[in-house]
Order: sequence, then C-alpha cells, then structure tokens
Amino acid sequence: MAPLTDVMDSADLAPPVRATSTAGAIARLIAWRVVGAIVLLAVISVLVFLLTYISPGNIIKNITGIRPVSPRIVAALRAQYGLNQSLVMQYLHWLGRFLEGNWGRSIEDQTSVSQLFSERVGVTLLLCGLAFAAAVLVSVPLGVIAAVRVGGVLDRLISVSSVIGLSAPSFAVGLILLYVFCYYLPIFPSSGAGQGLADTVYHLILPAATLAIGVGAYIVRLTRTAMVRELQSDYVSFARARGIGTRRILATALRNGIIPVITTMGLVLSFMVGSTILVETTFTLPGLGMLLQSSVEYKDFAVVQFLTLFFAAIIVLVTLAVDLSYLALSPEWRWQLRK
Amino acid sequence: MSADLLTPAIAAAPGVRVRRRPVTLVACLAILGAALFAVLFGHLLFPNATQVNVLASQLPPGSPGHLLGTDQLGRDIVALSVAGAASTLIGPLVVAGGSMLVGTFFGLLAGFRQGKTDFLLSRVTDLLLALPVVLLGLVVAGIFGASYWWTTVLLIVVFTPYDIRIVRSGVIEQVTKPYVEAARMLRLSSWRIMFRHLLVNLWPLERTNFLLNYANAIIAMSALSFLGVGVQEGTANWGRQLIDGEQILFSNPAASIAPAVLIIVVACAVNLLADALNADDRKAVRP
Repeated sequence: MAPLTDVMDSADLAPPVRATSTAGAIARLIAWRVVGAIVLLAVISVLVFLLTYISPGNIIKNITGIRPVSPRIVAALRAQYGLNQSLVMQYLHWLGRFLEGNWGRSIEDQTSVSQLFSERVGVTLLLCGLAFAAAVLVSVPLGVIAAVRVGGVLDRLISVSSVIGLSAPSFAVGLILLYVFCYYLPIFPSSGAGQGLADTVYHLILPAATLAIGVGAYIVRLTRTAMVRELQSDYVSFARARGIGTRRILATALRNGIIPVITTMGLVLSFMVGSTILVETTFTLPGLGMLLQSSVEYKDFAVVQFLTLFFAAIIVLVTLAVDLSYLALSPEWRWQLRK
Repeated sequence: MSADLLTPAIAAAPGVRVRRRPVTLVACLAILGAALFAVLFGHLLFPNATQVNVLASQLPPGSPGHLLGTDQLGRDIVALSVAGAASTLIGPLVVAGGSMLVGTFFGLLAGFRQGKTDFLLSRVTDLLLALPVVLLGLVVAGIFGASYWWTTVLLIVVFTPYDIRIVRSGVIEQVTKPYVEAARMLRLSSWRIMFRHLLVNLWPLERTNFLLNYANAIIAMSALSFLGVGVQEGTANWGRQLIDGEQILFSNPAASIAPAVLIIVVACAVNLLADALNADDRKAVRP
C-alpha cells in the first residue's frame, strides 16, 4: 500500500503542477502491480510443479498411483513425461502443456482434468456466488447500523455476533445446520447437488448459508470499522452543522467507507476459497473443493496441481483487478483522464 | 432513520465501547480456564478415552453411564471430548507462539531496516498470502502425509507473513517517534533499538495479534484434522471427532455437535478476550 499513499499524497499537495509526473507515477505503479502478479504466479507454478518431485516416494509411483507397473511401462512413462530431460526443460514443457489447456489426467479413472473441472466448477461458482450475495446484502447494512450506533446495545450485539461468526469454522457451523435442518426440522436435503437449476439452488441453500456466515462476519467488521472512521471525520461534522439530512450524510459516508471494504476483496475471496473446501466436504457437494480434498487423499497429482494453480491464479488476478480498479476510481486518476 | 441517529457516532471517542462490563472478560477467562484444565488433566481424568468398546457402539445421548452417548467405536463422547482438548489446543498454541517469534524478528527487521530487506521480505509474504491457509495446509501436509508436529511447523510458516506485516506496520509507526530518534542520537546499535526499545512498545500489538492468531490457528488446525490431515486416525481430537461423528450424525448427533460447539466456544473466548484487552488498553491510554 505504501507506494499508493505516496502517489495520493503528492497529488493532494500540488495536482496541477505535478500532473504529468503523477500520471507517470500511476502508470509505473500499474506496471509494477502487473509484473508483480505475473512473477508471483510464476513462482507459485514452479512450487506446484515441484510438488511431484519433492513429495515422498518415487515420481513414477506418483504418476501411476498404487497400481503395479512393469519396467517397460516405467520406461514408456519416463519418455512420455520427459523425465530424462533436465528439470528446467521438464518445467517448461509442463507449463506449456498447462497453458495450452492440457492439464493431464486423473490417476483414478484416467478422466481428463479438464472434464473433471468442467463437471464440478458450476457447483462451486454457484455456491460462492450465493454465499457472497447473501453475505454482502446482510453484512453491509449491519456494519453500517453498528457504526451509526457505536457503543450502543445494537452495536455490541452486532459486534459480538460477528466475533462468533468469525470464530465458528464453517465445518462446525455446517454440521450444526445439517443436524438442525436435515434431521430435527427436515426441510433441506443433507447432501448432493441436485438436478436442474432450481433443485441445485435448493440443495445449495444450507451450504451457502454456512459459507455466508463466515464471510458475512468478516464484512460486518470491515464495514463497521470503516464507517466509524468516516462518521467521525470532519466532513460529517460540517455536513451536520450545515443541516444536511442524515440520509444524505450516511450515503456519502458509505460511499467513502466502502472503499476499504472493496480493496480487501482479495482477502474475502481467499477466505471463501478456503471455506468452500470445508463446506463442500461437510455437505458432500461435488464441487472443486471436495475434488481437491479427495485428490489430496488419493495423491492424484495432476488434479491437485491444477486446482492449486487455478485457485492461486483466481486469487492473484482478483487482487490485481481490485488494486487497479481502486486506482481507476481514485479521484486523482479520474481528474487525469478528464484532462 | 431519525436525525439523532448520528449523534452517538460523533460523541463517542474513536472505536471505543462506551462502557464495557467485565462480564465478557470473566466468561472468557472461565472458559479458557476450563479448557486449560482439560488440556492439563484430561488424560488423567479419562485415561481410556480412546479405547474401542464395540459392545457400546453408537449409544444415543442420555444412555446410562454415557451422558452424550458413544461413537461408532463405542468411545464415550464426554471422555473423548475432554481428552481431545490437548491435541486440539496445544498445537495451535505452538503455532501462535512460533509465528509471533519469527514474525516479530522479521517484522522488526523489515520495518526498521526498510530498503532491500523490506522488499525481499514483503515479496515472500505476498507469496504466502496468495493462498488460503486451509488450501496450503491441505495440499502440503496432505501430499507429504505430515505428522501432527510437522503440520504445526507448516502452519507456523503459513501464519508468519501476517505477523510480519502487522509488526512491520507497527514498527514503521514507532520509528518516527522521538524516543527512537533519541536512541539513534545516542548511537545505540540498531539491534539494541529494535529489541530493547521498539519491542517494548509493540507489546499491546503483539498480545492482541497473538490471541487472534491463536483463535485462527485453532480453527485452521481443526479444519485440517476435519479434512483428515495432521492427526492420526483414532486420536482424541475435536476436528477428528467431527469427521468421525458426521457419519453417525443422525443416530448420535452429540458425537459431532459436542466437538463443533467446543471449537466455536473456545475460539470465541480467545477472540473476545483479545477484544476486551484491546478496549481496556484504549481506555488506559486516554486521560
């Protein structure tokens, strides 16, 4: 964050005089962020590639799994995977195949990873989408209410609930909900993802609620902190002194207060990816998270490598997009564009 | 919304809870005291907690001699939960302590030296922060078949970046203060300034961060046990109890609900303790 504040500070001090240098600084900053993200992904891909090599046991065993193999097959596999080449060449070949969309095959039943992925990605996307929508719709208003009533009973109630939400791991919440709503009051199905959109959504309500509790608690905290700070700033006092209505003041404060909430979307996403593994496992939902869990259990390297890199790429790219959009939305940048 | 809605926000001091009754603090300490008792004496109270008893399999809650029933291996849920406190709570304590030590060292270095050291450390931090803890833990510990203590070490590595960041920002805030300048004027060595002068002033930050990390580590480690990583089958452990118990959720719900509630309650107590101490601190600083 440090470079960003530098740019903003210098811009605040003397925008007209230093216009070109500020634009240059922003361009440099954007370039740095993009390069940084690419380097980060490259390093992660090296580590993911090395997973098969540094993991215990023989590399051929890691590829073939526990089935017995003849020396002839071993030789063929060595040739097929290029194991006689240097490690760097092997990495480059692996990366090349990966970028082409050839992600290998699962050792379990030889299904291609791309097929497994396309079968499962829908459930995970829908689950995360529903949970995220529910969390934002409920948490942002709660965070604002808590900030407006800071120190009051309602604030304490909301704050304590958000601590409980943050302290409750999704699998624990999931199990409790599973018991209450599938057994005690049997209104929801306990496992599976259903058929067709309506049925799938119906199957996803409980898992999405579980996921939303954790994410929501996090967003409540962020919103509350940001809004408390905004409501204490001078412009709110002045606006009140001028007799501007509460509604308008709150709307303005929310527009400013929501910025730090948006900039932490990368963290929220990272949190959701971690939780979706747990939630899918709890509710036996056939999504990407459960696929990852079972492939780790069976040491299905192709699948584990693909999913790890996929999740890392999504998180890194979303963080980058958020950083860049923040720059694009900053008043200074808009001012530059208008000129 | 009425016009007086905004008044409390403006009247109250930054982020301060106006009047905090010590009820929360006492409740948290009581819960953590009970947990500590279970960690220290659980194995003495229930030495046979993990012993399989096929004859008493899947008894429902309220069965004679088994208040919360038994699991599919006939192990008493109360005994298993008390005995499980140790493996559920000690590892995370080591994680929080270890990441605090390592994070403080590198955070001080990054914040005080800045320049190249800071750049290098920040990039390593970015790398580790790009992946969720559960995913990293699952993939690395799962593929390597890590033992309990190796999983603990892995989590220290994964948690340290957060500590580095927080200590670093704390140091950067402190470095401009007159006492650091005075120490520099006296030509004290930078190691002395870092570890004698700055460290003392970072204490409130460290304490809160340690508690938050402890709560997160409890959650992360039980999550990994729930995914079948880090804890051997048959060990008394709350996360492990959850996967075993999920299979018999409808015949004995207590088998998984009890450890679920225990994890939530202990993690909550640690988090609320951090909040309460924080609020006290702010009160103390303000005249």
